[in-house]
Parts: sequence; structure tokens; C-alpha cells
Amino acid sequence: MAAGVAAWLPFARAAAIGWMPVANCPMPLAPTEKNKRQDELIILNVSGRRFQTWRTTLERYPDTLLGSTEKEFFFNEDTKEYFFDRDPEVFRCILNFYRTGKLHYPRYECISAYDEELAFYGILPEIIGDCCYEEYKDRKRENAERLMDDNDSENNQEGSMPSLSFRQTMWRAFENPHTSTLALVFYYVTGFFIAVSVITNVVETVPCGTVPGNKELPCGERYAVAFFCLDTACVMIFTVEYLLRLFAAPSRYRFIRSVMSIIDVVAIMPYYIGLVMTNNEDVSGAFVTLRVFRVFRIFKFSRHSQGLRILGYTLKSCASELGFLLFSLTMAIIIFATVMFYAEKGSSASKFTSIPASFWYTIVTMTTLGYGDMVPKTIAGKIFGSICSLSGVLVIALPVPVIVSNFSRIYHQNQRADKRRAQKKARLARIRVAKTGSSNAYLHSKRNGLLNEALELTGSTEDEQHMTKGTSLIESQHHHLLHCLEKTTNHEFIDEQLFEQNCMESSMQNYPSSRSPSLSSHHGLTTSCCSRRNKKTTHLPNSSVPATRLRSMQELSTIHIQCSEQPSLTTSRSSLNMKSDDGLRPNCKTAQITTAIISIPTPPALTPEGESRPPPSSPSHSTNIPTTATTNIVKVSAL
Amino acid sequence: MGIQGMELCAVAVVILLFIAVLKQFGILEPISAEDGGDAELELSAVRHQPEGLERLLARTRFTKKELQSLYRGFKSECPSGLVDEETFKLIYSQFFPQGDASTYAHFLFDAFDADRNGALCFQDFVIGLSILLRGTVHQKLKWAFNLYDINKDGYITKEEMLEIMKSIYDMMGRCIHPALRDSAPAEHVELFFQKMDRNGDGVVTFEEFLETCQKDEDIMSSMQIFENVI
Repeated sequence: MAAGVAAWLPFARAAAIGWMPVANCPMPLAPTEKNKRQDELIILNVSGRRFQTWRTTLERYPDTLLGSTEKEFFFNEDTKEYFFDRDPEVFRCILNFYRTGKLHYPRYECISAYDEELAFYGILPEIIGDCCYEEYKDRKRENAERLMDDNDSENNQEGSMPSLSFRQTMWRAFENPHTSTLALVFYYVTGFFIAVSVITNVVETVPCGTVPGNKELPCGERYAVAFFCLDTACVMIFTVEYLLRLFAAPSRYRFIRSVMSIIDVVAIMPYYIGLVMTNNEDVSGAFVTLRVFRVFRIFKFSRHSQGLRILGYTLKSCASELGFLLFSLTMAIIIFATVMFYAEKGSSASKFTSIPASFWYTIVTMTTLGYGDMVPKTIAGKIFGSICSLSGVLVIALPVPVIVSNFSRIYHQNQRADKRRAQKKARLARIRVAKTGSSNAYLHSKRNGLLNEALELTGSTEDEQHMTKGTSLIESQHHHLLHCLEKTTNHEFIDEQLFEQNCMESSMQNYPSSRSPSLSSHHGLTTSCCSRRNKKTTHLPNSSVPATRLRSMQELSTIHIQCSEQPSLTTSRSSLNMKSDDGLRPNCKTAQITTAIISIPTPPALTPEGESRPPPSSPSHSTNIPTTATTNIVKVSAL
Repeated sequence: MGIQGMELCAVAVVILLFIAVLKQFGILEPISAEDGGDAELELSAVRHQPEGLERLLARTRFTKKELQSLYRGFKSECPSGLVDEETFKLIYSQFFPQGDASTYAHFLFDAFDADRNGALCFQDFVIGLSILLRGTVHQKLKWAFNLYDINKDGYITKEEMLEIMKSIYDMMGRCIHPALRDSAPAEHVELFFQKMDRNGDGVVTFEEFLETCQKDEDIMSSMQIFENVI
């Protein structure tokens, strides 16, 4: 529960008096404060700087160091103060957390020092307030990356590596050429051949010399054999490299799908296709087109150049902004092209034959190229043409630097928005967890509390102390308040899962249940108020303690709904309870008869096992229930 | 016609651009509507100071230390010194995570807000608490009667009681056992009226209420359980 809200708890409890006249059962007793102390100031001396606060302020968070008895270890008898040999600057934030309920992260503080302090005082970083949470997460991530980099470089400098398989060594050699000389050699050889291949492609098309017959031939056709040999050699190298990479890749499927491998394939495919195809006249045109793809070999350089990779990544990540720029440009082009077309329609021999034809003029004018192949002749055309070129300057030249800086700004903004959205989900999840946590805590402590009452009866006090260890006074008071509400309305809080189950059960019931003892739920639901009185007056037949505990668990587990495995056993137990309940029925409002079945936690054979489990936390316990329930549900309704 | 049309357009555009340039130079002051003054200054919430400690000591049954610790808690939550209904509903709902406590919180707010000014100040808060925790049984019952009597006319009608009952059941939420039937609040109200309404005239007066409660042991004992809250 939030710190501030705890201050209002006395008020909420006092207001509960409003329910008293309405309730039909007596209320449970309030938890008493053992050794209630007057609120006092305590002094916290942190490396010489003295902080003072009320004791109750610190006790708001009993699971931290300052809120629990753990701080007694730091109590200095001579000076009557608590001394901590820690950083006083960070302690200021931590103490403010107790005062206001919000934990802030000071920006000037180092992230790892802050984390250490939080860990020392037992505070989870997740409760950092929303105002500072983003900053904290950013710094934490940077720090983690830095640590990872450090680890990586450390690993690389280590000479002794665990022995990798041949395949793994090869892959490492491919990815990181500096690991061994062989890898370096391979790296340079492939680089050289990529360069050779690209230059070959370029030179192929240069006209070199004439051949008798006054025809200019490109070099490619003149020295066809030489170029073919060069091409073959390069493709051989590339193929071998690709196959080696494919062999060494840890995940072949992922490797095949990666961009680099696609580029590799596209680079060498034309050659093989060319080999396969004969010099057929029809397909030679297509073959020529395929040669264009040879230029993709230049992209293979990106393995050799870090900068190229970064550029590619940047373009990919700024794709949406670029797309928007393109879209707005397109809009402007269409507008001006339309205007120019209609303006020039009247003039004779106009080059503006259609709107798409005007696109060319608009683009050339807006980018201030001005080729001059299309020129407006009418006055209106000239006016609009000049407006077009002026706006072209504005549209293109001005925003470019702004867009460049916008890229980084918008990109980071989007990242932050996504982070915030993800955090919002996480934040809502946290709130939900806290809510269910508090209601689960109530249900859990209710079971504990009921168990306590039974144990009190049988006189085993040490177990009782063991059970109540977990809850603080404020929690027990809050639970008492919720308990009073249950009494007032004669209904009980249950888990979400149990509730769904109940709905399921009641919907599967075809006929109204009879008042047979084995199926009636009056036992289960004449609320614990009556059963509590019940406990005080009846004597449980079995005197041995373990069995009594089992029996009382059965009586008390009014919340657990499980299927009965042995109806005979059920009748005997329920009749036992029915006898004692009869006398008290008129006082309490009888709950309606539902199809809930009397609970037996486990068949007797498994009891010791069940008892040895500590009072289970609600999640684990409730998971047990649905399984047994669902398997047996058909049997029961058939009864 | 087409040519003339486009030329007209071109001329119009030129004129517009000319006007825009003139506006830039401030030669042509356009008649633009004024923005509605400055943005409203948000008046900071009025700070409310409570009555003096001595006066509160006289009006309530708390000791000085208790009042001090109460005020410290109150002030740290509401620095302005006033709690409005929305904040109150928010705070009260935190105690009942499974259900919806806003309706009941509204009734509570009305019960505490003795001077009906729409906000709880520290006096209202602490006087109410004094009645609930340190008052006589008569005073407590009077307070409860006041809570149920929504329109404060001195009679509890069935409709008022039904509203109160529904708001209490709302606080329980959905996941309760046995499952909540729609008639449960109404039945509870019937039971209440059977007990309380002595002369069967359909309303409960304070005398009937007092009499019935004083005769009921359960209610009497429950009234005492919150003695040591502060």
C-alpha cells in the first residue's frame, strides 16, 4: 500500500462504523498493537550528516532495511543514533522516498553507485517514480552495454579460448578477420577480387580502339576471352566463399535469409545463368539485362567497410521520414504539373502534352536543374513556372538540413515514445500486480488467520507465531477492515480463478441442487462468523494434533472449492458440521444454495504431504484447485 | 476561355503574393481577432489553515499529541489543507482494490462534510474522527444515522437505504463468493427495515434506529472494536 494512503487508514477504519448497524453478524476483533510506542524522532547518522525523521515514517515500508528491525544492527549505543557508513547524497533520495512515497533518481549520480545504495537499503529499483524512471533505464542500459563491450574486448584479448569446433573457428574467422592470419589473408583476397570484378565490369564497356571496318568496339567484345577468364575466376572465388560461409554458419536457415547472403547470390547468379543459357537470339536480350545485376558485387564491400553498414542501417531506420519527404514532394509535383499543363494547353506546339509529361518539367524546375528541354511559352505558364521554381527552392533546399537533424530528433523521439508505451504497459502491469497483490495478500492472510484461530484452540502457539510473522501491523489492520466489509455483506472475497470456476460450475448445473448434506454449501458458506463461534463451542472429536489440524483445515477452508472424491467421507464430515451449525443458523443469514461442493483438500493418504507444505501462497495454491476441479467436475454433477 | 481563365488565376495568385509581402513589411495591418487575452492564470489552490490547536482540543476528544500526528498525516497528503471529493474518492478506493468504492465514498464525504462546502478541511476530518472513535454510543449511532439519511431530512426511506446498500456491495466487487445476485442488496434492505422499522410506516426515524441498535448485542459490541485506532 502506498505510504500516504497508510496515513488515511485510521480514517477508513473509523468510517467502517457506518457498516455496523447494517451488518447482521458480529464483526471480527481488531488486531491489537503489541507494545504500541509513542511516535518518536530517530536520528540517522550517515557518514557524519545527521538526518532526523519520525519512526512511523520509516516503518511505512517494513520490508526495507530502515523499516525493519535490521536497522538495529546499526544502532550506536553511545550516541543513541543509527550510524550508516554510506554516501549521504544518495541517502537524501532514499529518505525522501520514505517521506513522500516516490523514489527519485538524481541525474548527477552514477548509475552503479546508485544501484548499490538501493540494494543496500533493500529498495527495489522498480519503484522509481515515473518522472525519473526513463532516465534511470537509459543510464542503466548504457551501463550494461558498456559492461558488455568490456567483456567482449576482454574475451578477445584472452589468448586461451575454449576449444571450438572446426566449424565455429571458421565462422569466427569469417566474421572477424583479425583472429588469425589465414582469416586476414582470406579477407584481403576476397576484397581484391571484388575490386577486380567491379573494375572489369566497368572497363568492359569502354570503347577501346577500332577494328578494321571503322566500328568502335567496347573492350569487352574485343578481348572477350580475357574478360571471360577474369569473370570466371572472380565467380569461382565468390562461389567458394559463399559455400564456405554456408558451411560454417551456425544457423544455416538464418544465414540464407540474411541480406549479405542474398547479395552474394545475386552477384554470382548471372554468370551461371549465362553459362546455362545458349547463345539463343531470343533470350540474349534478357541475358544482357542480367549482367546489370553484376554491379551488386559492389555491395559485397559492405563486409569490408563498417561505414557502409552504418549508412545502410541509418537509411533503413530513417525510411519512414524519407518516405514522408517523398510523399510531400510528390504532392507538390502533381499540383504544379497540373497547373502547368492547363496553363500551357492553349499555346501551339507545346511540349506539355499531358500531365505526366509535365512531371518532368516540374521536377527539373523544382530541383533547380533547369535543363531547358521543356519551357513554358504563355504568360500564365511563365508565372506559374516561376512560382514553381521558387517553391522548389523552398521545398527542397531549405528543409534538407532541417530534415537531417529532424531524422535524429524524430528517431529518438519515436524510440522514447515506444519506450514510454512499453513502460506504460509495464507500469500498468505493476499497478495491477500491486492491486492483485494486496487482495491476494488479504486472502492469504485470511487463510492464515483462520488457521491461527484453530491453532489457538489446540494450543500450539509456536506455530501461530510462525504464521503471523509475515504481516505488518498496517497490513493486519487493512485486512481487518476488509474482513469487516465481508461480514457486513455476508459475502466473501475470493480469487479471480475461483470466481470463474464458480461461474462455470453454476452454468453446468442442470437441476437445482437438493438440500442433501453432501451437496449443500451451507457449511461452506455460512460465513466464518458462525463457524468461528462454532469453533469455540464444539469439541473436535480427534484429539491428536496433526489430525485436528487437518480437520480444522477442512472446516476452515471455506474458500477452497474442490471436488469431493469420496462422497461417503463427505457425508460424515458434513453431518458433523451440520449438527453444530444448526443451533446457530437463525442468527446468520443463510447463504444461497449453490452447487459448490464441500472441500477436502486432499484424501487422507496424502495428508502429511499436504501439511508439510507451508501455507501456500495463493498463486500456487489456486493452481492446484482448478486441475482437480476440472477433472472431476462431470462426476459431481452426475451425482 | 481556358487561356483567359488561367491568366485570371495567375493574376489572382500574383496579387495574393503581393499582399502577403506587404503584410510582412507591416504596411498592411490586417484586422485579426485578438486572442482572448492572456491565458487564464490558474489560480493556485487556496491554502486553508485549520483552526488553532487549542480550539480543536476543546472541540474534540483527542490529546495534543494525537492531533499533531493526525495533522501531520493529513498535511502530507493534502498540502493545501482541503480535500475535494475526487481526491477523497481516490484515496478511499485504494483500500478496496477489488471493487468500486466511489459511491460509498461519496456518501461518506457528505457525512463528513458537516458545513456542506464541498471540501473536507482538517476540522471536519478531525471532528468526525472524534465522534467515531471517542464518542458515546449515542453519538456514533447519530453519525451512522446521518450517513444513511442521504437527504438529511431525519428519516431513512427504503430508497435511501437501498442506495447505501448497493454502494456497500459495490465495494466488494465481482469476485466474491457466493456470487452476487442482483436482489441481494434489496433483500438486505428488507431485513434491515424489518429489524428497525418498529411502527411499520416504511421509514426509520432516529428514535426507532437508536432503540433497535441499543437492543442488539452484535451491533453494540461492533461499535466498540475501533476504540484503539489512533
